[in-house]
Amino acid sequence: MSGTYLGMPAFPKAAHEAVHDATLRGNLRHATHTIRAKRAKAVAEVSDWTELREAGKRIKDHTLRHLDRYLVQLEESVTAAGGTVHWAADADEANRIVADLVKATGESEVVKVKSMATQEIGLNEALLEEGIHAYETDLAELIVQLGKDRPSHILVPAIHRNRGEIRDIFEREMSEWGRPAPEGLTDTPAELAEAARLHLREKFLRAKVGISGANFMVAETGTLLVVESEGNGRMCLTLPETLISVVGIEKIVPTWQDLEVFLQTLPRSSTAERMNPYTTMWTGTTDGDGPSTFHLVLLDNGRTDTLADEVGRQALRCIRCSACLNVCPVYERAGGHAYGSVYPGPIGAILSPQLRGVTSEIDASLPYASSLCGACYEVCPVAIDIPEVLVHLRERVVAGGEVTSKGNKVVLKPAKGHAAERAAMRAARWAFGRPGALRTGQRLASRTRRLHPRSLPGPGRAWSGTRDLPAVPAEPFRDWWQRTRGGKDGAK
Amino acid sequence: MRVALFLTCVNDTLYPDTGRAVVKLLTRLGVEVDFPMAQTCCGQAHYNTGYRHEAEPLARHFSDVFGEYDAIVTPSGSCGAMVRELYPRMGERARAEGRGDTLAATLAPVVPKTYELTEFLVDVLEVTDVGAYYPHRVTYHPTCHGLRGLGLGDRPRRLLQAVRGLELAELPGAEECCGFGGTFALKNSDVSAAMGADKVRNAESTGAEVLCAADNSCLMHIGGTMARLRTGMRPVHIAEILASTEEEPAV
Repeated sequence: MSGTYLGMPAFPKAAHEAVHDATLRGNLRHATHTIRAKRAKAVAEVSDWTELREAGKRIKDHTLRHLDRYLVQLEESVTAAGGTVHWAADADEANRIVADLVKATGESEVVKVKSMATQEIGLNEALLEEGIHAYETDLAELIVQLGKDRPSHILVPAIHRNRGEIRDIFEREMSEWGRPAPEGLTDTPAELAEAARLHLREKFLRAKVGISGANFMVAETGTLLVVESEGNGRMCLTLPETLISVVGIEKIVPTWQDLEVFLQTLPRSSTAERMNPYTTMWTGTTDGDGPSTFHLVLLDNGRTDTLADEVGRQALRCIRCSACLNVCPVYERAGGHAYGSVYPGPIGAILSPQLRGVTSEIDASLPYASSLCGACYEVCPVAIDIPEVLVHLRERVVAGGEVTSKGNKVVLKPAKGHAAERAAMRAARWAFGRPGALRTGQRLASRTRRLHPRSLPGPGRAWSGTRDLPAVPAEPFRDWWQRTRGGKDGAK
Repeated sequence: MRVALFLTCVNDTLYPDTGRAVVKLLTRLGVEVDFPMAQTCCGQAHYNTGYRHEAEPLARHFSDVFGEYDAIVTPSGSCGAMVRELYPRMGERARAEGRGDTLAATLAPVVPKTYELTEFLVDVLEVTDVGAYYPHRVTYHPTCHGLRGLGLGDRPRRLLQAVRGLELAELPGAEECCGFGGTFALKNSDVSAAMGADKVRNAESTGAEVLCAADNSCLMHIGGTMARLRTGMRPVHIAEILASTEEEPAV
């Protein structure tokens, strides 16, 4: 399986296999249900959760509204603290910048802190083309990398794997990359963690270059933050001589004090912890402490285009906690890979079609990968109304319209394959606009009820394959009403 | 108080028993209820599938039909949420697109007056014991739009708990979506069916004879799955349980 998601099929097709994979469904169900219950408990402990959620939403909205100002302030702060800021409009530019920076050090190996931004741009694959090996050091990312797999969850990229599968991957692959797995490795968590620790330690001590993302960037001080559970990130952030951080431009907050809100809501929403075990912060460079060279690559890659959309821009509030994934009944059954992106689940269903556009088959199918049950909105710690954005993007798919792409206003055509649906919707609207026509249709359906097939043709087959259709009653309600109540208001 | 029944197009066409139950129940509680014959559909299926501009004339039509009533009662959390939550949003969007305030002004009158049935009973009529009798073991599925869209809370369960003879069984994973989701059931039928099957298995584990909910579209999906899985359980709309009495029991 390749490390990228290019050419993925539409969501329903990709989900079809996942739904019928009993191991995958078992792994996902167990993991999401466990974290779901823990999260609810951790959130219930905080008496002012509603206020914190609202505060987080406001801080993010304010920052996004004045993003130009805060980004310039951040660049000044980082530069003043001894760092260097680079601007990357898209994935290619970001990858080129990072590859050039690594090559300038003369190194051909880098250690990586788990980062969604570098996954998004396919940095590891781009570096490999330049002869640079990037080693993932987050335990779950390591499992994914060793298994030549793709991440399927924002926070727990290897959520689709169980302990037995992980043991097999370690035993088979570790020796290809460095220190092999210990003899007689079992699938107990302690032994698996120890095997990863020994394997990774060699890499930490050897690496001269570290690459990270960041959970937050503080404009006023130029400080970057990574929160994590294992401490592997901190090793990468402090041991190498050169640190390169690739961060999406929306990760900024104006002041140090704003962190107060997110450092409460993020860990509780993501890992159900009161506080994440490791919070590492760095501001430029300091003599004799940590990396002596620091580069910040600010990544756009569709973010300013997303910002231009009044409804969809709220997706940029996301702090990547993954609470929406853990609570989503669709994610639980379809698995993370079906979303065709490093951002799976409900947030991925609104983020990917905005960052990448809705032109590919997979991106056009993502806005429909939801029953609109609203559980994602309910748990979101920055109150992203995911169902609202999904419906908005569905409109973009079926009706087209004006969008911003690479900074330019373009008019999208409706996506292909919706012609029959569009005609049906129009016909239904026409009939619903005329109570008489609706009534004629109802009566026809009632009169022919004995003739109705048990299964449906065309798109309806999807329904009748697994569910029985309701029988059409002999008399619609409105006929009963008129018969018994005499149609007092004399309507048609 | 002039009360109108907004039955919804699905109930009218496929589930007329629910409509008859609402009329029977409200009449028993002393409410004179009218059924405006010009009513059709709130436009939710159009709106949620991405056809907002097709939904707008239906929303306008809804306002024309129901605008003059003091209260609009609907036995559907989903259609109720369409009016209460999404009509204001349709007005805002029209404004944002430079089409003025006309749509917002047209839709505004019906928004606060629209009540889902259990809300109307508990909040407006202020009753929880509606004098019903239903001697069965029942489990209750809170549908997503009623639960999270309208915030029905424990109103339906309070009403059910007051029904004589009814034994209420807790549904495991009650707040999880059944997988219907309108056109989702067609567009993502594999995932939808898997969600429906899990919902039915949870319902079966309660030992209840009946699964009730306040939305016939969810019940259509759950009931269709129950029938296919040969569970022997039945889907019943909450209105039919609340309308049932010792003199005239629902079957």
